[in-house]
Amino acid sequence: MPGNTASHQLSEPEPLASYCEGVTVQLCTDPDEAVAGIADGSTILVGGFGMAGMPVTLIDALIRQGAGDLTIVSNNAGNGDTGLAALLAKRRVRRVVCSFPRQSDSYVFDELYRSGSVELEVVPQGTLAERMRAAGAGIGAFYCPTGVGTLLAEGKETRVIDGRTYVLEYPIHGDVALIGAYRADRMGNLVYRKTARNFGPVMATAATLVVAQVREVVETGGIDPETVVTPSIYVDRVLEVADA
Amino acid sequence: MSGPDVRSGNMSGASGPRPGPLSKHDIAALVARDIPHGAFVNLGIGLPTLVADHLAADSGVVLHTENGMLNMGPAAHGDAVDPDLTNAGKIPVTELPGASYFHHADSFAMMRGGHLDCCVLGGFQVSAAGDLANWHTGEPDAIPAVGGAMDLAIGARQVFVMMTLFTKDGVPKLVPRCTYPVTGLGCVDRVYTDHAVFDITEQGVVVREAFGTTADELAGLLEVPIR
Repeated sequence: MPGNTASHQLSEPEPLASYCEGVTVQLCTDPDEAVAGIADGSTILVGGFGMAGMPVTLIDALIRQGAGDLTIVSNNAGNGDTGLAALLAKRRVRRVVCSFPRQSDSYVFDELYRSGSVELEVVPQGTLAERMRAAGAGIGAFYCPTGVGTLLAEGKETRVIDGRTYVLEYPIHGDVALIGAYRADRMGNLVYRKTARNFGPVMATAATLVVAQVREVVETGGIDPETVVTPSIYVDRVLEVADA
Repeated sequence: MSGPDVRSGNMSGASGPRPGPLSKHDIAALVARDIPHGAFVNLGIGLPTLVADHLAADSGVVLHTENGMLNMGPAAHGDAVDPDLTNAGKIPVTELPGASYFHHADSFAMMRGGHLDCCVLGGFQVSAAGDLANWHTGEPDAIPAVGGAMDLAIGARQVFVMMTLFTKDGVPKLVPRCTYPVTGLGCVDRVYTDHAVFDITEQGVVVREAFGTTADELAGLLEVPIR
């Protein structure tokens, strides 16, 4: 970036830094700021596979923020008493869309489900990811071979293409995505770490408001463009949580 | 089909009746023996994860884990545990040289798109037509949870199932029709059990190898026609 040493020039070019400031992502210093404005009845895509990539600080802030009647789209339905399980325990969730709700420590969800206090839509894991990909990519619906002939395809439209049967699946669009990533720059470009990447890049494309919890924020230009996984266009807010 | 004993060192390769029934590890060794050199393979949660222990170091097999990684290494212990690096069972694992990471939509596109050579899955039941049931007991109070089971069942080019041939109560799990809710239709190619290995073919169920029993004896124990 041009420095102050160029100040003696007659026709000084517009400093790149000031241009970049105009497109900086909303960098939040406070978790509550990162989840501000989330409305009751929202559909929220929550990243993570187990604890890897789980935006725990954002979920805790969402609990404080108070939005209710939520639809949560995530691979799992909470573990133990923290994160999504805590949100469920506070009765903020009307409906869960996930692939694998039942786990050894999913007792909060299990109890709510068995008492009829939360709705559940089970979606095959790959179909869950692809439905969000479709939402982010502007696809109206897609024919998918997964689940044909099973309980999860009951009532769905099917079509035979080249001798193989497919099920019509519709996109899942979020009002909000809460994701975990490894590093952001000040424009909101994201990189992930190892298998914590999981649903993050797909969810980032599929929601109106995308909030990323990251371990560090670096200056714009501090991430090699060749390695950016989620381009800044998808990201609205970034919260740095160093120890997450 | 390669001859016996190319990988595991467990199988004698001698002709004549083989002892049986097999232990879980013996079954895993059989599966490992039959995975072609250099194949891209997904091992399902549960029994199939044992297969990894029986792959030879020079097998060239690349393990896929559906949470987004190729060339996954063995389970991580001690200082090697990294919360950002787990397998599909959420167990900490390691990465091998040449590993790659990708997001969930790519991971399942890889599977659904027919790029995986083989997956090994557990099973509640397999039908004579190759239908698989392995995700849901269908009991009224059971909470359904499918994960990647349906994607794997229909995605990989070859689907191997590893299971005991009978339940603890002695009920066959290789059945004319699945009574549990199915995971996929006509998707199973081969079933590895403690008593025998079966190929599911368009012509019917064929005993490939038997352990401590014979095809005739198995035919008497199962309701499925055996060839």
